[in-house]
Formats: sequence, C-alpha cells, structure tokens
Amino acid sequence: MADLNPTVWTRKDLIGIEDLSREEIELVLDTAPQFVAVSKRESGIKKVPLLQGRLVVNWFHEPSTRTRTSFELAAKRLSADTLGITVAASSSVKGETLHDTLANIEAMHSDVIVIRHSCAGAPHILAANHDSHIINAGDGRHEHPTQALLDTFTMREHIRAQRNDPTAGLDGVKVAIIGDIEHSRVARSDIWALNKLGARVTLCGPSTLLPMHIERMGVRVTTNLKDAISDADVIYALRIQLERQQKGLFPSIREYIRLFRIDNDSLRNAPAHALIMHPGPINRDLELASEVADGPRSVILEQVSNGVAVRMAVMHLLVNFGGKRPQGVA
Amino acid sequence: MDRTGKVPFQTLVIMDADVMEQHIRRMAQEIIEDNPEVGSLVILGILRRGRPLGERLAQHIGQMMGVTPQVGSLATTLYRDDYRSGMGVPKPHGNTHFDFSLDGRTVLLVDDVLAAGRTIRAAMDEVMDYGRPKRIQLACLVDRGGRELPIQPEYFGWSIGTEPNEWVSVRLTELDGEDVVLLERYAAEEGA
Repeated sequence: MADLNPTVWTRKDLIGIEDLSREEIELVLDTAPQFVAVSKRESGIKKVPLLQGRLVVNWFHEPSTRTRTSFELAAKRLSADTLGITVAASSSVKGETLHDTLANIEAMHSDVIVIRHSCAGAPHILAANHDSHIINAGDGRHEHPTQALLDTFTMREHIRAQRNDPTAGLDGVKVAIIGDIEHSRVARSDIWALNKLGARVTLCGPSTLLPMHIERMGVRVTTNLKDAISDADVIYALRIQLERQQKGLFPSIREYIRLFRIDNDSLRNAPAHALIMHPGPINRDLELASEVADGPRSVILEQVSNGVAVRMAVMHLLVNFGGKRPQGVA
Repeated sequence: MDRTGKVPFQTLVIMDADVMEQHIRRMAQEIIEDNPEVGSLVILGILRRGRPLGERLAQHIGQMMGVTPQVGSLATTLYRDDYRSGMGVPKPHGNTHFDFSLDGRTVLLVDDVLAAGRTIRAAMDEVMDYGRPKRIQLACLVDRGGRELPIQPEYFGWSIGTEPNEWVSVRLTELDGEDVVLLERYAAEEGA
C-alpha cells in the first residue's frame, strides 16, 4: 500500500470542530479532493464503492434542504443505502425519546446517523450511547462541523490557486465573518476550524448579535464593517435569521442593510482578491446584495459542490478508518 | 506492513538504474509482441509510481513502433477493500485522470510493485466504472510475491520472494531523483 498519512483517524463520530486537532481537520481536507473528482467525472459512473451496502440515515429535526440533500448525495455517491426520517412524520411527535428512536433505527442495522437537532449536545449524547457513527449536521447554536470543513476546504482551494502553491494552508489568512454571530452554529464551528488552521478571524455585526465575551475564542471583534473587511482575504456573510428578529435585536432591517450589507458599495473597502462566502440560504439583498452573491468573487455555489465531497470524506473516514464505541462500562 | 516512522536495519540494492532500464525496455518489447496493433493499446499507470513507469513504457513502445500509446493515471484509493479501523489513511497522490475512451481497447495497468494483488483488483474495478475494455493486462517492475488474489502480471521486470518484514521500495528519477530498487529489512513486528 502507498504511503500512509502520519495522522491516524480514530474517531467514531463527528460531533464538533472544537474536539478536533489541526491534523485531523487537515486529514479531512486532504481526503476531500479525490471526492470532488468523483462528482466531476465526465465519463464513467459518478460513484465509488467505499460504503457499499452500508446504511446511512438522515435524521433531521429541523428544516434543511441544502445540508440534508448534500448528505444524502454524499452517501449515495459512496454507494451507501440512504434513509431519510422527517420528524413531522416520525414517532417523536408521539412522544418517543431520541434514544428509543435511535435504538429502533439501529435495530435495522444502521451504520451512520446524520442528525440535526435544535438541542445543543443531542448528537454528543447519542454518540456516547449508540454504536452507529454519528455525524452532527447542526445542533442548536452549538456546532455545524461539516459546514466548517467545507468552508475551510473551499477557502484553502482558492488560496492555493491564488498563490499558485498547491500546499498552502490557511495560516495568516484573514477571514471576516459578518452578521448574526449570536445565533450561528456555523460561525462557532468556522471560528474553531479557522483558529486551529492558523487563520485570523474578525467578527462583525450589530453589537446585539455579537455574543458577550466572544473575543475569548481568540478573534477580533468590531461593529464597523469597513474596519472588518479592509484587509480581508475572505468575507463570510451569515444569514440574518429573520425568524428570530421579533426580539428586536437590531432596530430595523433597513438599518442593518445600511451598516452591514455586503454589496458593491461596501466592497469598495475590501481587497480586490477577497472571496465572498455564505452558508445559505441567502436572504437576497438583506445581508448580501444580489450583485455580489452572483458576482465574480462569489464562491457560494462552490461551497455547495464542495459540501458533497467533504461529507463523502467524513463518512469514508468514520466508517472505514474510525473507531468503535468502547464496550462494557458506559 | 505499516512502515510509518520505522527505519530498516538493512537495505539491499536489488536493481540499479541500468538494470531497471533494461527490464523496462524488455517489457516494452514483450508488450509489442502481444499487442502489434499499438493504436488500440492504452496505458493506465497506478499512482504514484506506476504513472512514470507507464510513461517510460509508452516512450519505448513509441521509439520501436512509431506510435506512442496514450497514458493516464489511476488512483485506485476509492476502490480498495482493505481499509480497517485504526490503520493509517493512505496519502492521496492525485486523482484518476485520462482523456481517452477505454471501450474496446486493451488497457495496460502499470504498477511498480505487485504483492497481494489487492491494488490491481481495485484498479480493475475502477477501470470497469469508466468503460468496457476489450481486455486488461498488467505490467509491474517487481513481483514480490505474497498474493492474496488470483492475479498474475503479463509483464514483469524482476520476481523476488519476500518475507513479511521485508519491503520492496522502488525509487524513480521523476519522483525520487534516482532510479533504484531497494529491499528493506525491518525488525519483525511485535506479536507477529
């Protein structure tokens, strides 16, 4: 067999980026390009047999289109069988506990459970008590680890292309994350990942949407958009979660747009090479102007394509290399 | 054998640059004898070292026949069946890439060392996902024995029986700066 990566993947589950080492994050990013190539195959079958005969269950307790379809496609391109459980139609509305539902799914011999849940920590508790490989697809405000992996992968690919250096990492790369940090598990996972990879993160948004003491995570914080993006290599706009704006966390949508929207006008203060990213779904012309979302600097659709490849890499590592749940004492 | 971080206690040269060149030229001749219609022959080098070896074979064939077969790369990493919990993750050395059709052609797989045969099984499965070749043949520089599958090379440079603590290391100018084949002996693994 070919040379082995010095980093050994021992994890059974992917719960959060906070737990991962820099080397583990890089192992996922280094494993992903071959899966990008699978999806891009022109001749030949867009599938590989790495998870043939395995069962991947998508178990989403919150609405999701992008993440759920991305996981489903990733599993299918690895030749796994997939099963989707939507909560409105499942027995959790009849009062069954998470553990009981999962025990029943496992009785049908599932291998991977992809779970999204509004409670932070739900994937962690399930992972400790069940044999299936658990992948956190977003838990409350806590983490959304595969989003951070696909984001850092997309950034790294572009930095490598810009610098014409196929081994470049994110060390010293400046990333400005703009918008609703408070409610964003994407921001939390991205901050963990970017910090571990050596990037320099600046957060910017209305002060009511910046969590207290967030600078303790090792990030720069500002409420001035111009200041945040003036030297940014990457500008990452977060979705304004309109459903949460009843609390009156900023005076008006119009004021948010005036102060924080990423549009051609505000981008005059940013370097010409800065990439524009967004986790989706976009509120067009609220946090991100259409001219920018659809413009030449935007890599938003690449994030989506890369998401499938990165999730393939994660499932491959967990299932084919990852550890098992310790038997005996829980 | 997982050699990560280990140092061999003994290293023997089993093929120097001149001998390697002779073997590759002879293999090219044998390939031509079997495939007089060079136009229907395509070469897929198994990454990493099968690729430059495939190019060298193609060059020799081109010099002898006036037609140089097309060469592509095969990664095989996504078709292996021997991954397991706790083992190291193989480093990807690039992706499968070729821009020619395999349908109805003779596909010559090229690798540096043949041992268990599992890489070749993976390579054949991968080839089948891209088309339907007329036939698939195999060339390898060193056959070190230890087969786990019923696979034999049509063309090989040198055959040598090895022990479990021995490793055949092929070094090529294109990737390693020198042409040499080494037999490395490692301390027997604990519990082995």
